[in-house]
Amino acid sequence: MAEVKLTPKVEIGIMLEAEVITPDVFAEKNTNEIENLLVWQGSSQFPISDFFVVEGNGGSSAEATSIVIEGDVTRVKRIGCQMTAGSITINGSAGMHVGSEMAGGEITVKGDANSWAGMEMKGGLLHITGNVKDHLGCAYRGSWHGMTGGRIVIDGNAQSQVGGGMSGGEIIVNGNVENFCGIRQNGGLIVVKGDAVRTVGVEMSAGIIVVGGHIRNFSPGFEYVDTESNLNFDDIMCSGEFQKYIGDYALGKRVKGLLYASKNANEEL
Amino acid sequence: MMAATIAIKNGHIFDPLNEINGDVMDIFIKDGKVVRELSSSEMKDAKVVDATHMTVMPGGVDSHSHVAGAKVNAGRLMRPEDHYKWIRKKTPLTHSGSGYTVPSVYLGGYEYSAMGYTTVFEAAIPPMEARHTHEEMRSTPMLDMGGYLVLGNNWFLMRYLRDGDIERAAAYVAWMMKTHKTYGIKCVNPCGVENWGWGKNVSSIDEANIHFEITPRDMIHGLCEINELLSMPMSMHLHANNLGHPGCWETTRESIEIPENIKARTDIDVEWAETKVDPQRKQSVYLTHAQFNSFGGTSWGDFESGTKKIIDYVNKSDHVVMDSGCVPFGEATVMTGDGPAIHDLHVLTGNKWSNTDVELECGAGVLPFTYLKKNPVHSVQWAMGLEVLLGVTDVWKSIMTTDSPNGGPFVTYPKIIAWLMSRQAREDTFNECHKWASDRSDLRAVDREMSLYDIAVLTRATPSRAIGMAHRKGSLGVGADGDVAIYDIDPTRLEVNESEKIIRTFQNAEYTIKDGEIVSRRGEIMAIPEKRTYYADVKVKGDGEKEMLADVNKWFKYYTIGFANYPTPEKYLSNPTPIKVNGGR
Repeated sequence: MAEVKLTPKVEIGIMLEAEVITPDVFAEKNTNEIENLLVWQGSSQFPISDFFVVEGNGGSSAEATSIVIEGDVTRVKRIGCQMTAGSITINGSAGMHVGSEMAGGEITVKGDANSWAGMEMKGGLLHITGNVKDHLGCAYRGSWHGMTGGRIVIDGNAQSQVGGGMSGGEIIVNGNVENFCGIRQNGGLIVVKGDAVRTVGVEMSAGIIVVGGHIRNFSPGFEYVDTESNLNFDDIMCSGEFQKYIGDYALGKRVKGLLYASKNANEEL
Repeated sequence: MMAATIAIKNGHIFDPLNEINGDVMDIFIKDGKVVRELSSSEMKDAKVVDATHMTVMPGGVDSHSHVAGAKVNAGRLMRPEDHYKWIRKKTPLTHSGSGYTVPSVYLGGYEYSAMGYTTVFEAAIPPMEARHTHEEMRSTPMLDMGGYLVLGNNWFLMRYLRDGDIERAAAYVAWMMKTHKTYGIKCVNPCGVENWGWGKNVSSIDEANIHFEITPRDMIHGLCEINELLSMPMSMHLHANNLGHPGCWETTRESIEIPENIKARTDIDVEWAETKVDPQRKQSVYLTHAQFNSFGGTSWGDFESGTKKIIDYVNKSDHVVMDSGCVPFGEATVMTGDGPAIHDLHVLTGNKWSNTDVELECGAGVLPFTYLKKNPVHSVQWAMGLEVLLGVTDVWKSIMTTDSPNGGPFVTYPKIIAWLMSRQAREDTFNECHKWASDRSDLRAVDREMSLYDIAVLTRATPSRAIGMAHRKGSLGVGADGDVAIYDIDPTRLEVNESEKIIRTFQNAEYTIKDGEIVSRRGEIMAIPEKRTYYADVKVKGDGEKEMLADVNKWFKYYTIGFANYPTPEKYLSNPTPIKVNGGR
């Protein structure tokens, strides 16, 4: 596999829009061609080489191309946007929209990521070792057509609107989430190992949410069905006892969203 | 910018108003107008466009499109998701823009121009929103424009017509056209929208409005009568009651029967371009988006196409013209002055919804909508829109629209053209969509395939004549505006089943020429021409106006704005172009 290394060389002022940083675009390009790819900064475009030291050449295809970013890119947006294959490894934290609309391949962020990570993702794997902000794997503003496939794994915490409008794929948050986790979910699986604040699964019509920790304010539109232990969703295991609910009946009568809440962590339910 | 001189050589001309059907001819334009010929010295300075093996039509005319004003802007505001994946960056000449179903004003102008359109009329202007609408039209480049004033639920008119005071009602309409710089009378769900202010609607054309005690029948008849009394350039523009409800075709047919005996009469002071066909409108009513008004069945369970009854009636009548309101599938934003109809869709879909009341005048609703091939009702709607256009035998009675963006955005017009031109293209879509499309409509049995000439009638000649603009738009006769669309189609080698190619070709005209200047080429904007805004400057005789103004002054206390702030001054218009109308004989 051919590896292209990008090393940030300047402090970035206005955030960059760098949807060109994908294996799909880098494939079949040599160092010089990659250096000359344009990124937006505000209303102007500049070559990538103004901001990064570029080393190595792209592979013969996206699949055969791996990109390694050595350093902090919190002010670079849309890395891996719409990528279909290959890999990106960021040894540092990423800016907004990392892996948004990605359809295949792998992105690993060894650090934190900003909002909109994996927005409307269709396939592939997005793994973030730190924390992320809002709209993880969510639909864009105004839309309820969210993530349809692929997997997102967050080792830390996520903030609000995790998996909004999600209809397929999996999101696993090993830490905590805040508000509106799984809002308008209509398919797919969200697993939160830690706690949630409120409005979990509101307006969901299908799909599954598992919360392994405490839900501070439980949504009123859910009906208790059963208690189950040690849940298995293919390779995803959730051990312990869970109270199983169906909802959100606030949306309509024929909903079939499943919400599992840890029995031990939610004694008041 | 100087109006230009140009010679378009050797194209296949399709100019139905002059009965030219694909003949190879030259078109000359001088100072922005079509001329018979250019002298040799004029030829020396003229720009020459080689249109050999190409299709040449007059610039496209859209007689019903929602492109400017308050509800269009509400559609933009409530749909960020419609904008962020459909963007166009700025160039040294053009503005940036965004929006698929509801583009920003600049983008909308560029997109229309790329398709060869040069004239677009806004379908609905609430009087109170006229300033806003004109501000947006002024900022929409590339197009000559005008718009229709929404009057079907207007308190002043409901009162006058209830009392049978047709003189003052006519004087009021004439005054309103001048006051708001609008072009024609629009009537949306008469009496129903006013009832909607009280959470109700009307379900038949003989159901009286709650407070004004006038029926839709009386409003439709009254507005049609006023229209001809004033000898307006276009006929009354009708969005019938009960729109979007299964079985609504019956209401629609009853509605278009109302002006059967009202004779069309236009009297305008304009220079008439040369045409072989009579450029005066024949109809006394223009039914808009017939598809949405022709639902059959009694519920969504037994829903079916009801277009046949409407088509049969239009085929045997001379007083109706209609536009189709086609559904090309995909994303749309429904927006109309028919507030209750949009509320029904909100209840049906659960989609986000915007509703507004325009005091004393009308209202509006907006809602995002997606038409799916696998949805039984949507698939029938697709068939119905095409049935309307293919079923009406005389193409001079029908106009191709999508009621943009209600059935779908105007950028999908080329798809409609492809379906009209090829039975195979329709068959391919039947095979992809729900079986209701063939089970519950008559479209599959229709073998008609429209010619380029037919398409030119549907998109140029009929719309321009129906709205009274054939004196300068929709033809290439001597004296017409130098608006031309040139498409890279050789009519002698036309393969109607190559739908992809037809769509591509109509999406990006080889050249769009406005007032003799090349303004876009293969989708790229080449120049930003001057544009005009037309409105009806209606003269009325007698004392009706004075008495009417006294009434308006008295009743104006019900408005939350002052009388002085009500009118739309000409400064809100780009090149205001009044059409002098000799009302009241």
